[in-house]
Amino acid sequence: MQKIKTGHSIALAILLLAASLPAMANDGIDARIDESIRPYADAVAGFIFSSFPVAGVQIPFVLVWLIFAATLFTFYFRFINFRAFKHGFQLVRGDYSDPLAAGEVTHFQALATALSGTVGLGNIAGVAVAVSLGGPGATFWMILAGLLGMSSKFVECTLGVKYRNEYTDGSVSGGPMYYLSKGLAERSEKLKVLGKILAILFAIFCVGGSFGGGNMFQANQSFTQLVSVTGGDASWLADKGWLFGVIVAALVGLVVIGGIQGIARVTSKIVPLMAVIYVTAGVIIIIMNLTEVPAAFASIISGAFSAEGIAGGVVGVLFQGFKRAAFSNEAGIGSAAIAHSAVKTSRPVTEGFVALYEPFIDTVVVCTITALVIIITGTWNPSVDPSQGVALTSAAFESNISWFPWVLTVAVLLFAFSTMISWSYYGLKAWTYLFGESLITDVVYKLLFLFFIVVGSSMQLGSVIDFSDAMIFAMAFPNILGIYFLLPVVRKELDEYWSDYKAGKLKKFGKAANRA
Amino acid sequence: MSKVLLVGVDCSKCSNRALQYAADRAEVSKVQLIVTHVIDWSPFSFNTPQENEERHKRREAELDRAHKEIIDPIVSELREKSIFARGVIRHGHPAETLSGVAEEFGATNIIIGKTGSSKIKTQLFGSVANTLVQISKVPVTIVP
Repeated sequence: MQKIKTGHSIALAILLLAASLPAMANDGIDARIDESIRPYADAVAGFIFSSFPVAGVQIPFVLVWLIFAATLFTFYFRFINFRAFKHGFQLVRGDYSDPLAAGEVTHFQALATALSGTVGLGNIAGVAVAVSLGGPGATFWMILAGLLGMSSKFVECTLGVKYRNEYTDGSVSGGPMYYLSKGLAERSEKLKVLGKILAILFAIFCVGGSFGGGNMFQANQSFTQLVSVTGGDASWLADKGWLFGVIVAALVGLVVIGGIQGIARVTSKIVPLMAVIYVTAGVIIIIMNLTEVPAAFASIISGAFSAEGIAGGVVGVLFQGFKRAAFSNEAGIGSAAIAHSAVKTSRPVTEGFVALYEPFIDTVVVCTITALVIIITGTWNPSVDPSQGVALTSAAFESNISWFPWVLTVAVLLFAFSTMISWSYYGLKAWTYLFGESLITDVVYKLLFLFFIVVGSSMQLGSVIDFSDAMIFAMAFPNILGIYFLLPVVRKELDEYWSDYKAGKLKKFGKAANRA
Repeated sequence: MSKVLLVGVDCSKCSNRALQYAADRAEVSKVQLIVTHVIDWSPFSFNTPQENEERHKRREAELDRAHKEIIDPIVSELREKSIFARGVIRHGHPAETLSGVAEEFGATNIIIGKTGSSKIKTQLFGSVANTLVQISKVPVTIVP
């Protein structure tokens, strides 16, 4: 019975999508969708990125908000991002995993799932944009933001596990909605109200973010790349963004509505492989041009502090680096806490240690490799159209490995797909937090999600990027504000655990026990 | 001195022969027989968030199924023959887990059947029997 129902709803979803595209007139659909959405997108982006001038550059408040928090967390937890780095690795490796809990979600699995939601287009397209607009120096600030972001992830994910909901059937659900409402309620009666408001705000923005950065941005950039490898403007696909959108929406629909988990499962196995191929190709190009590396690093360092010809000078460079790092690793945004909450552990803080690796791998490793390739190959150029994010990275790889754009296209499509699957999950969790769990609310959300895939493929990059950024960054306001009240909770968890760890009271298992 | 034997079962025909062999030996020498079933699972797999959310539920279902369909019937049959049998179900890498359970219960011999996979497949992926022979700290008996 359930099967038949889901079958029906897929058909319904695809029909609805088709009907939502005005009469399938061949050209102009993209332009019309873009035209009708753009004013709203611009208005939302304008509001979220309200900025104030610093040294002649307009700095969005939200960016200061994120970086300030990450820096504060780094100091408050006495450089947890460095001192727990080794222990985090031991946890991921399974040194402390009780064999009797085999079969439950491990630290590695929670981290891998969260990573597949963040490693993706931000690392490929976003970095290209940062280096183009901010010059090589943006890389320096990007890495710094990645290192500080580790502390933000530590706090979020610890709270995510601590205040998650565990249902009687054993399934778990966690994330900022829960720690904001439950955590603040625990502090005091007055904060209870604030917590509830923050949780609702977060959930609203999270739904928006799932339509924006987790969806439209992905659809848009993967379509752009597909067009560019099939011949650019001359490509048959060039004006058929809506068609691409419908196809992707149908595939995503099969997974999220049709419950065809097989597709998602296969993707989740291929995506890590694509990430490895991407990083390997990047490293190969770096090695091929080893003589250029010192100069590249020199330009990264010097560019970070003296920016000639970059809009806004040093502050402008810093802004580009920080912005792209935050968009790529989502530290402080709260999304990852949803994915990390599924882990099996009795000590919430352990997942915080593991989460340190997320911004590290995402930003400090993968983004830096992309940036180095772009700088070494000299593909970055302030006069290059920055809205060509993926295309720029693609050109950088192509200049050394001529056939790589095709591989990159496959990687981009898969990254986009897996990020959409992850974000549809994050968005749905937030949606059901707002509207309750029922088949109808479920299907309504999923249909909206599919609809935005089509919209995202049809719009111009500029407005998509602005709207996506806006929605994702908006999540940081309620999330971080709530976290400030919960810092003592995390500190207590950390101190208790750390003294046990230092005293050797934590039990190691398996090979790790023999090593000790 | 009480001895313990361990037999790995996965419900295939091969492991039935292994089980028969183990039961005969346990009956003759009056030793405890640990009947072990390993549910293939890796702590380093890549999952979707949906899979992670439902993992605990799935795990319970897998354990329940393994109990009802594999281990419980075998153990009760063995006990009817007055063999001192005990069932163990674990998640993990089959060979490593069998070796671990053997160590845990102090088994002096591990008995398993051959999986009967093709030569090419074994060449590519190895087999439980081959791996077990390499890593086990106690003698392994492979029943053809």
